[in-house]
Amino acid sequence: MKTFFMAFLLLFLGSGPYPDADEILAKVDANMSARNRVFESTMTIHGRRNSRTITSRSWSEGDARSLTEYLSPAREAGTKMLKLEDRLWIYSPISDRTIQISGHMLRQSVMGSDLSYEDMMEDRKLTDLYEAEVTGEETLDGRATWVLTLTARVEDVAYQTRKVWVDQERFIPLKEELFAKNGQLLKRTELSDVVRVDGRWFPRTVLYKDMLKDGKGTEFHISEIKFDTEIPEYLFSKAALKQ
Amino acid sequence: MLTFKLALKNLLGAGLRTWLNVAVLSFAFVLIIFYNGMIDGWNEQARRDTIEWDVGQGQLWHTDYDPYDPFTLQEAHGMAPAEAGLMPVLIVQATIYPEGRMMPVRLKGIPARQQTLALPTEALVPAGDETRIILGKRMAKSAGLAEGDRVLLRWRDQHGTFDAREVVIAQVFDTNVPNVDAGQVWIDLAVLQEMTGMPGEATMLVADQTYAGSAPEGWAFQTQDQLLTEIDTVIQSKKVGGSITYLMLLLIALLAIFDTQVLSIFRRQREIGTYIALGMTRREVIALFTVEGGANSLLAMAVGAVYGIPLMAWLAQAGIPMPAATDNVGLAVAEKIFPVYGLGLVLGTVALVTVAATIVSYMPARKIAYLRPTDALKGKIL
Repeated sequence: MKTFFMAFLLLFLGSGPYPDADEILAKVDANMSARNRVFESTMTIHGRRNSRTITSRSWSEGDARSLTEYLSPAREAGTKMLKLEDRLWIYSPISDRTIQISGHMLRQSVMGSDLSYEDMMEDRKLTDLYEAEVTGEETLDGRATWVLTLTARVEDVAYQTRKVWVDQERFIPLKEELFAKNGQLLKRTELSDVVRVDGRWFPRTVLYKDMLKDGKGTEFHISEIKFDTEIPEYLFSKAALKQ
Repeated sequence: MLTFKLALKNLLGAGLRTWLNVAVLSFAFVLIIFYNGMIDGWNEQARRDTIEWDVGQGQLWHTDYDPYDPFTLQEAHGMAPAEAGLMPVLIVQATIYPEGRMMPVRLKGIPARQQTLALPTEALVPAGDETRIILGKRMAKSAGLAEGDRVLLRWRDQHGTFDAREVVIAQVFDTNVPNVDAGQVWIDLAVLQEMTGMPGEATMLVADQTYAGSAPEGWAFQTQDQLLTEIDTVIQSKKVGGSITYLMLLLIALLAIFDTQVLSIFRRQREIGTYIALGMTRREVIALFTVEGGANSLLAMAVGAVYGIPLMAWLAQAGIPMPAATDNVGLAVAEKIFPVYGLGLVLGTVALVTVAATIVSYMPARKIAYLRPTDALKGKIL
């Protein structure tokens, strides 16, 4: 009787303190998303033998519209990438041509990084794609986190399962792992250098790592960011690519 | 007949000059037959191996399938038509990770117990829980993999969702056909259909002898000749490229015959005058000198046969080793090529050399038509 009572207590007390996963994701969304943002960033791609760094300036509005202009190295300078809803164009100043990246081209790597165009294009809300459940608590770099397990509820998603570690206080994801259908870990994302910008918490450094290949992954660092500023409408047009 | 005998006697009487001409001409003659024989042998071997390993008796392609555009593979599949004589093959893009390196591959599903192609697919028959793959020696070399190794394979199912599993290399096969080797791995069709959630589907079907030849809607039949066009084009360009070398050699030999003829007519003026004085017409004398020059080609063939026949017979038996570098040209190249000397090739070469030698012999001999016998006897015709 005593054992049964203890088991009963553990069952209810053990699962009781976890908040609702959808609520956590909603708070993360509120924290991470903005009406628009302008930022300068560096992307360091760590290869097997060497690393290379690409700097860029980006303007984005929600998840649907964004424009990125590469500033360095000289070989990539002037290259622009425009995303409008589910369409993506790349302008190359060397050939002075704009090409649309579509279909399975979207599955290719962006500038040789661990990120694919498809990863960049994903703008559907996680709550629309996945069933979320809080499956535990962990401490990451001294920060208490909720561990959320996301399981696909639709068929057309790249990753069947995701695991997200969300800062319990700041509601910032600090780590994310992406899994294949059979449970194989495919990619890991680590977010760090969290700062307060315009009243919201924001991670300035993101490390993307393809877990199946050697190498240190791709590091994305935001050196300067502004939220909710005025962005001229013409920037989100194909005409802006050649300017 | 008298003209021929006289011409041959004069030719042999010229000694070293004749034998030098004959030597160069015979070399050109042997080289033409050898080079074309080698190319024909390569062509025959490449076609035979490509049919056995890759194209079969033709292929039925899904209308969206473009072998040169890997981005089309995700859409290029459908329910395989259930017709006799067709073997389904499903192709998807995948990635293998040998020793932490990322290598994009084409993952090809083929029935493990198929008999249509020479691929050793019986090694794919499932055994236990492990997933088996086979790959060619080029692919194994570039990935640093060997038989028995395990490697992680990642692919997407029909909805685009990633999946991955460890697979074991059941066999590394040796083939001359890079089309079934480079950048691809083979897996049991049923296993791939289950992995991708595409039961009963295929990207293309390989035909065997029993296929009736009808193409259902959504599929297009590619004949064997269409699939071998690439080989034909390469072989043709090789033939043209090689012909420049041996035609240069033939040209040198013909130039030597031409020079010899010019010299003969200049130095043998009295002889020409005597022939005419004895009753030969000018036309008969021209014929004599032309036959004399043309007979160089007959002697060249005889000499060429003396060393060429044993040499070419030996090469046809032993084969010509091909350098390792030619292995990666994208065309079926065996380690050794066995030349094929057809009757048409030999007769064609005989005709080419004989006609060319006769023409260059006739051209200087035409001057004899303008001579006056008295001047000729005095040695003053030219």
